[in-house]
Amino acid sequence: MTSPPPLRPEYVRDQVDEHDFGVVNKPLTAWERIYGNSLVRRAFILFVLAAAWQGYATHLDNSLVLPTFTETFRSFVSRIISGELLIKSWVSIKVLLMGYGIGLSLALVFTILAMASRLGNDLLETLTAMLNPLPAIALLPLALIWLGLGNPSIVFVLVHAVMWPIALNTHSGFLGVSGTMRMVGRNYGLSGVRYVSQILIPAAFPHILAGLKIGWAFAWRTLIAAELVFGTTSGSGGLGWFIYENKNLLDIPAVFSGLFTVIIIGLLVENLVFRIIERRTIRKWGMHS
Amino acid sequence: MSVSPPKPLLQVQGVTLQYKTREHLVTATYRVSFDVHLADRFVLLGPSGCGKSTLLKAVGGYLNPVEGDIRLKGVDVTRPGPDRVMVFQEFDQLLPWKTVKQNVMFALEASGRLRGAVAADRAMAYIEKVNLTRFADRFPHTLSGGMKQRVAIARGMAMEPDILLMDEPFAALDALTRRKMQDELLQLWEETRFTVLFVTHSIPEGGTHRQPDPAALAAPRPGQGRAEQRRRGPR
Repeated sequence: MTSPPPLRPEYVRDQVDEHDFGVVNKPLTAWERIYGNSLVRRAFILFVLAAAWQGYATHLDNSLVLPTFTETFRSFVSRIISGELLIKSWVSIKVLLMGYGIGLSLALVFTILAMASRLGNDLLETLTAMLNPLPAIALLPLALIWLGLGNPSIVFVLVHAVMWPIALNTHSGFLGVSGTMRMVGRNYGLSGVRYVSQILIPAAFPHILAGLKIGWAFAWRTLIAAELVFGTTSGSGGLGWFIYENKNLLDIPAVFSGLFTVIIIGLLVENLVFRIIERRTIRKWGMHS
Repeated sequence: MSVSPPKPLLQVQGVTLQYKTREHLVTATYRVSFDVHLADRFVLLGPSGCGKSTLLKAVGGYLNPVEGDIRLKGVDVTRPGPDRVMVFQEFDQLLPWKTVKQNVMFALEASGRLRGAVAADRAMAYIEKVNLTRFADRFPHTLSGGMKQRVAIARGMAMEPDILLMDEPFAALDALTRRKMQDELLQLWEETRFTVLFVTHSIPEGGTHRQPDPAALAAPRPGQGRAEQRRRGPR
């Protein structure tokens, strides 16, 4: 048998006025402050990786297989300064933006068709089900036959890489817009394009942004891969071509510099551009899940 | 007592509403009739599932009756329009990508009522009526549930519609806030005398001194008009 709980005294407490609250301030230790900074932690990891690379490459002592980190870094810096890498990057990004833009517009057209009628809906769902699992790069041989050696083939492949994930996400975003929000839009007399642009697109924006991110990632990977297969039109190729060419010249530090650049651009867009868009939109609106 | 009663603002005559689910054809209301006059606070009271929300949606124009007709100022209601503004129960009726002020302005501008500075002035005037001036530039996700519903009411009133349709706007609030909001709504009504059609399943909300003039829709599935009652509560 447990004894019953004790009888507690009743009380009423005086409330302290808000202005009389004391300030409680416990400073963080230096270690806590440094460890709490994610930039510092990541820089540390990068430093360890670079050190491991340098150590192993020095031990191997074969710059054809694995150049040292410092050698690669020097090659990278000199090619940035000479402008070669920047030009190559710009060539790649130009093609990419073209493919991305076309893919995005087509995705929007398909999604609006899908919203407008059941047949359009079935069309989009069938096409995405069929084509989304197909890696875009697998279409490159066909594109080369249809469109010839050159940028149009790469753009074709990019459009394919971008369109389906964006269409799929936008469509599921549109379908997920709550009934209440739809009714609100129609209540104030919105229909057609104004309804889509003022209600559906902002309401589905978290999904659309996710689609844009996936589309970007697919496009960037596909582009580099396509450029590795062939990538030069009128003598000026992109980053993939730069990597391929330097492999043939056995300039391995330059190959690594090319890979570096691919990583850096990918990181910049994924973590900077999209992060900023996200902060200015869905985070500000409290729509992130 | 006037000799000839004035023409009602909203006439609902013999309205039968049906909607399809995957397996069934549901009859939500069966031959319901009532009139709402200018400056009425008309309450549709009934248990869950008696078709009162469906009826309100039909007045909103989201659903056409299979029998009977709904007329606003003598004109048939066939689709949603800014002359009948709905205030919903759900908090997501506010557009999360717009601030409080922009939400109210959006209604005015999307419907083509007002533009620019005039719309902003009207929006601020109604935001002040619901005591949210301090929060005009806040985004909805930073507001409490009660505040969100007040914004929705301000948005509806700013439109100055012929009739305001409220679908249990306070149902998702806690009891204390709900009571406070009912009092505030009543006070707003006293000030502006807008016409309102109010749906609720809560008898205290519909029937006490808070909101007079209930018409009861009882007998669920399908809902039929059971009684209409005029209350003269202490005002």
